[in-house]
Amino acid sequence: MKKLLSGNEAIARGAWEYGVAVASAYPGTPSTEILEEFARYPNVYAEWATNEKVALDVAIGAAYAGRRAMSTMKHVGLNVAADAFFYASMTGIEGGLLVVSADDPAMHSSQNEQDNRNFGKFARVPVVEPVDSQEAKDLVGAALDISEQFDTPVMLRITTRIAHSSTPVELGERKEGPPPLPTYPRKFEKYVMLPVNARKRHPVIEERIRKLTVFAETFPFNRVEWGDRSLGIITCGVAYQYAKEVFPTASILKLGMTYPIPPQMVREFVGQVERAIVLEELDPFVENEIKLLGLWVEGKSIFSGIGEMDPRTVREQAIAAGLLPASARKTYIVPDVGSLPGRPPVLCPGCPHRGFYVITRKLKLPINGDIGCYTLGALPPLNSTDTCGCMGASIGVAHGADKAGSPERNIAVLGDSTFFHTGMPALLNVAYNNGKTITVVLDNRVTAMTGHQDNPGTGRTLQGQESKQIEFEPLLRALGMDHVQTVNAFDLREVERALREALKRDEASALVVRGECALLPEARKQYVPLRVDDERCNGCGLCFRVGCPAIVKRPDGKASIDALLCTGCEVCAQVCARKAILFRSQVQETADA
Amino acid sequence: MKTVDFIVVGVGGQGTLLASDVIAQVGLGAGLEAKKSEVHGMAQRGGSVISHVRWGERVYSPLIGKGEADFLLAFEKLEALRYVDWLKPGGVALVNEQAIPPVAVSSGGAEYPSDERFLAAFKAVTDKVYLIPSLKVAQEVGSARVNNVVMLGALSALLDVDEAVWRAAIEERVPPKFVEMNLRAFERGRALVK
Ligand SMILES: Cc1ncc(C[n+]2csc(CCOP(=O)(O)OP(=O)(O)O)c2C)c(N)n1
Ligand code: SF4
Ligand code: SF4
Repeated sequence: MKKLLSGNEAIARGAWEYGVAVASAYPGTPSTEILEEFARYPNVYAEWATNEKVALDVAIGAAYAGRRAMSTMKHVGLNVAADAFFYASMTGIEGGLLVVSADDPAMHSSQNEQDNRNFGKFARVPVVEPVDSQEAKDLVGAALDISEQFDTPVMLRITTRIAHSSTPVELGERKEGPPPLPTYPRKFEKYVMLPVNARKRHPVIEERIRKLTVFAETFPFNRVEWGDRSLGIITCGVAYQYAKEVFPTASILKLGMTYPIPPQMVREFVGQVERAIVLEELDPFVENEIKLLGLWVEGKSIFSGIGEMDPRTVREQAIAAGLLPASARKTYIVPDVGSLPGRPPVLCPGCPHRGFYVITRKLKLPINGDIGCYTLGALPPLNSTDTCGCMGASIGVAHGADKAGSPERNIAVLGDSTFFHTGMPALLNVAYNNGKTITVVLDNRVTAMTGHQDNPGTGRTLQGQESKQIEFEPLLRALGMDHVQTVNAFDLREVERALREALKRDEASALVVRGECALLPEARKQYVPLRVDDERCNGCGLCFRVGCPAIVKRPDGKASIDALLCTGCEVCAQVCARKAILFRSQVQETADA
Repeated sequence: MKTVDFIVVGVGGQGTLLASDVIAQVGLGAGLEAKKSEVHGMAQRGGSVISHVRWGERVYSPLIGKGEADFLLAFEKLEALRYVDWLKPGGVALVNEQAIPPVAVSSGGAEYPSDERFLAAFKAVTDKVYLIPSLKVAQEVGSARVNNVVMLGALSALLDVDEAVWRAAIEERVPPKFVEMNLRAFERGRALVK
């Protein structure tokens, strides 16, 4: 019987069925669930690495040792891992190596929408793209075979709509992959990328792509579905589904391998249809590859390269280009709903990050932020982050502003997982170069944004083993911070005192603001919803400005607290000048009485 | 056969993902192809969430176009209003009566839409609107968290799929400890519309 699996679950399943023995990754939406699922299968090794570059190195090492290996990451993760991706292409491997890149068109949870098929071409690594979960699973096997047959890493490129859509999948059994080689390979010319060897490898990888071009002609995941030949659509990934939905009678060339493309197959298809168009999300990648063959196709002149596609926009754009008659338009009713308040993601009730931003807002400090739940402090009403680019950027950017002579004291703010990811070398750089940056680690004891993964600070591995728990104070000292303070995230006075002390110093220092993420099981056990004393509250609105979803404005303007949401973190109670919000102890007293 | 298309909306944390999982599983259990699509990540932090579920003999796109959903299942009133244009003219809307004002209402001076605005907008699209007191019913059953399954019960009453298929899908998707409470929530929801 078929099972509904998300694309991510299907890739995990495929990795297990097709004998992947070692997988390493750093979490990142929309890729995270692949490793979480894979780690649950028997007879596999799976780990959270500290960042994507480390993760890919680990997978490469396992593939050198002869096993089938996988590394998964969100699209921007491949920027971090790019160095490894390129050398792995140069050296090739022993056991199959799969690199999963999960791209995020529409930027549901990302800072850009880069199209990582470009990385495939850039590094001469073949790219395969599934149209649904079944293909996602099947392509894992096909990619590992290609990897071993052609001595190359292979990229499985998915997008959010493949990763997070569930479609039926036929399950299979595990076929063990190759065992480790009896001895680690000692192939100086292949695995030691000194210039002398690298020069010999470059022609090898160019030749490999030429051979793959021939292979692509008969690759079963590239196929033609003939229909009406007045319109031919060349498509891949989830866009294939939109093509079938919007152009049910057209001829379709579906590409399961988008780099390299099969020249003969494309040439024949384009030759046999009256109008050939390419339907693909984001960059005109396939379109440009086809144009390089000297063929004429249309693509991005019709369909937008920005954001996600969906059947309605594809249909509208097709009508505008004359591919469909205006009568194909499906009309619908858009009632006048007036302007609606937005509901962007917010820091949860009881979030340990909230209090810190209440204080930095008060002190009007310029904040170089980073990526995690705590980035939500940038939004109203906290408005407390001034820059945020990519993971680990906070410290270097603050240091640069400092060295540029920016008159304000720049603060770098990042989470525990982000600090381990790319914060560490940046902090060492501050210490080494006599910087003055104040670095704040918001240590909520977990990698929260991506769904609460373990990290070196939690003392537990992805597969549930106990491990060394890394403490921040000694780590920060070892990285050159002579002044390290640790404060309780929920104690606003302590946070303010520590920040003021750091500001007084004319040298770099670090502050660990420690408080458990409110969604962790241990934290959940300690919820005590607070109450507002109606008599005392005068509706001044100070507590509304902490931006907690549990605080509700009543019709009379006074505050009330939603007991279903409040955790009792007491941040609002500390902010209230009239002491109208009862503290935990007061609430418990009145409950006991 | 035409597809049956569901849009499920709510506030992150309300259990919309579980609900759409169950609906998709029921489609499969009824012998159809089913697809489901949603976005994780940012949506979990109390943001607005939408998921798409489709049933049919053959389903291609995992996404439903605006104005094409047969059913809109909304766990919160403001979110219902935000996504009302996803509903096809004459489609069915099931809306939890609960209001969860977003932070912009307390801190930014935004206004939560009135019931009149809500009803007028839905009237323009369909006359098949069911207001479901699902939070109240869930609390009676034992926990606000089964709110989502009360809504599923109500939806099930409007679809021609054997009740046993729904029950099996719920059993498969919720932790064993909570199966019994969820099934009671399902029954209560179903009775509200039957
Ligand atoms: C290069 C890169 N990898 C992964 C991600 C995905 N990502 C965004 S936030 C985050 C975790 C942040 O964890 P932490 O720093 O502990 O902050 P928290 O969310 O717990 O507050 C991750 C992995 C990313 N944006 N960029
Ligand atoms: S998940 Fe945890 S860290 Fe993230 S916003 Fe919620 S409470 Fe804060
Ligand atoms: S104590 Fe105040 S700030 Fe903390 S969760 Fe409750 S209402 Fe929100």
